[in-house]
Amino acid sequence: MYRYDEFDATMVAERAAQFRGQVARRLSGELSEDEFKPLRLMNGLYLQLHAYMLRVAIPYGTFSSRQMRRLAHAARKYDKGYGHFTTRQNIQYNWPALVDVPDLLDDLAEVEMHAIQTSGNCIRNVTSDQYAGAAADEVEDPRPWCEIIRQWSTFHPEFSFLPRKFKIAVTASDNDRAAVRVHDIGLRLHKNEAGETGFEVIVGGGLGRTPYVGHTIRDFLPKEHLLSYLEAVLRVYNLEGRRDNMYKARIKILVNAEGADHFREMVEEEWAQVNQPGIDLPREEVDRIHDYFEAPAFETLPANSTTLEERRATNREFARWLRVNTVAHKAPGYAIVNISLKPIGGIPGDISDTQMEAVADLAEQFSFDEIRATHEQNLVLPHIRKDDLYGVWAALKAAGLATANIGLVSDIIACPGLDYCTLANTRSIPIAQRISERLADLDEQEALGELKVKISGCINACGHHHVGHIGILGVDKKGEEFYQVTLGGSAAEDASIGEIVGRGLSSGDVVDAVEKLVEFYKKERKDGERFLDVYRRLGADPFKEALYEAA
Amino acid sequence: MKAITANALQDGAVVYLGDDDQWTPHLSSAARFEDGDAKDVLAAACSRIEEITEAYLISVDDSGAIIGRETIRETIRKGGPTVRLDLGLQAESCG
Amino acid sequence: MKLLKLSNGRISPALEASLQEVSLSEWRENPTAHADATALVISNDASLVDIAQDISGFDVIILEFPQFKDGRAYSQARLLRERLSYTGEIRARGGVLRDQLLFMTRCGFNAFEFDDVGAAEEALREFTFAYQPAADSAAPIWRQRLAHARAA
Repeated sequence: MYRYDEFDATMVAERAAQFRGQVARRLSGELSEDEFKPLRLMNGLYLQLHAYMLRVAIPYGTFSSRQMRRLAHAARKYDKGYGHFTTRQNIQYNWPALVDVPDLLDDLAEVEMHAIQTSGNCIRNVTSDQYAGAAADEVEDPRPWCEIIRQWSTFHPEFSFLPRKFKIAVTASDNDRAAVRVHDIGLRLHKNEAGETGFEVIVGGGLGRTPYVGHTIRDFLPKEHLLSYLEAVLRVYNLEGRRDNMYKARIKILVNAEGADHFREMVEEEWAQVNQPGIDLPREEVDRIHDYFEAPAFETLPANSTTLEERRATNREFARWLRVNTVAHKAPGYAIVNISLKPIGGIPGDISDTQMEAVADLAEQFSFDEIRATHEQNLVLPHIRKDDLYGVWAALKAAGLATANIGLVSDIIACPGLDYCTLANTRSIPIAQRISERLADLDEQEALGELKVKISGCINACGHHHVGHIGILGVDKKGEEFYQVTLGGSAAEDASIGEIVGRGLSSGDVVDAVEKLVEFYKKERKDGERFLDVYRRLGADPFKEALYEAA
Repeated sequence: MKAITANALQDGAVVYLGDDDQWTPHLSSAARFEDGDAKDVLAAACSRIEEITEAYLISVDDSGAIIGRETIRETIRKGGPTVRLDLGLQAESCG
Repeated sequence: MKLLKLSNGRISPALEASLQEVSLSEWRENPTAHADATALVISNDASLVDIAQDISGFDVIILEFPQFKDGRAYSQARLLRERLSYTGEIRARGGVLRDQLLFMTRCGFNAFEFDDVGAAEEALREFTFAYQPAADSAAPIWRQRLAHARAA
């Protein structure tokens, strides 16, 4: 893991001090709310329906036990005993008082954490593959490059007042777990024919009001030029992006208005003129940052564990959890463990202070002190010895964290919706709760296979409904909550935007609708086909019929 | 009729402008204004920037109950998240 | 509106010498009619391609922030400094707020239409280091790390 040196520590401490001053100026009335709002947003502080909300960055989703314990402490001391993991690998606190936020940030700074650029029209917290450094299928660990981007983008003087927010995601696997095709910039590390690794640069993807899958403007960017190339893209966007209409201000609108080919020319022309040697890091610094991400000292272990196999054979519940929640690790004898934050009927992404501490303890004892947050609002223990899996499972179960539903129908992404959010038109969480209760049976869920349900409470699409196999969008109709269903979206390597299948449904009917769609899928599927595959094979019409005929 | 709501500056809590011109967490204690007068009162309330932020008008009936398009939103603001009945003002009235 | 100027790392109030301002489009239309102009005002949607000749006679260029959150002039200032090697005054006008002054100076601004010199001094002192190179002389953190490592 990256560790701060004196420079990073000074930066974060000075940021906390600066924000303390900004809060003091607001409290004294020296700053109006209009003046203060962009300042607090640049530090992740929103005003929600009931209270302020602070979004804390977990850069590329990687954090330590010590940091997790501090997050638990903050939840207890400054909030109401819980936090909420988001789709951008961040954690949000829903109840901090403005007057306490400076102290909260000081507490976080002590463990190398902050809320820098978790909101505002700037380059946001960079996201990545939650299995980075552990996955069997990656070409290399993408996180050193994430850290390089984090440092370059932090307080970038030219790009802190962009037309709109700017999100960068990095993956190093053909199995895209970072949704790189629906980001402002997506970066995919891969090997070229000569065996060198470099970046595919994808620009102009995004969700929101106008969803787009991004365009590849470079198949292979040599790694050492990453920062100068990013600087060129950002400069073109800063100068040319629309500022007359906030709904048309994201880079995806510019890319699609110019056309991907012309946009590429604009970037290449700018890149040819930027000071590449001044911006791109020298080899020594790249190596220095890579050193922090050296693989932990894995033991030499047999690929299979006999204790594990004995437990698997005798404990059906454990066996299911192994099948559903664990993933192949690159080191023999290890596994990647997913921790579901989606208990049946629970609030997606919420976790209590004591659960946070339970996860911290397990990570410290069994996972080289590492924890990951996923963009699907779950957690990961990346390096667990197979011999330890049963013990880890038992401890997670005791903490209420062993729901075996990763990637299944009840592993739902939902935005906070109208229960918390000022922008929302409708609630999201209760719909997620009722769908997961309706389809609670885990045998059934496993038989259904991968099925991604994503729910947003308004058109801003924080719940990623456009890329749900089943997406649900809340809309307000004359003061009543209605829900529109979209089908066929995907945020993975086969990225696609879902299609709206018909009129909006009431909150009761939308839960029935999901069940009908699932039933129809079960009837139609051929061997091995996922819901998404059947939808792509049959098209929208038969699904529409199934959804609306007897309604 | 209208009432004036805002979030308290210091902790962000939902407040309403009361009859005594003080901010109260209870909608039942909120002052009610005729639609025609409400704008002026709101303008005065908005200038109290050291006390509150984001002040605006909500529609209420003669008894002070929330009405209109924003009923769901304002009901949730008043009570707390519907998915955490143990939090917000709603928790106090149950307990 | 007071004018502050940055010189040798110090910010101080400046006497506002009366400037003859001309906009880029007026200047391009008829330079002879504006021969006595002393400051060129470049709107933030103007392209800086092919501008080298236009700016060559000016010691003051004024860049605009129609609103504080419209950040195009940050890029313009860097281009003037880094690509066009412009060494005269670059003045920030419009939505110039305390908490933006550091970003502005890093992008190459050295004059600000801003009232409060005390606040400006404070704002420019808030950060010791910078992660990335820009148009100022600050050595980015990675450069300082290398220097430390090589010295060690």
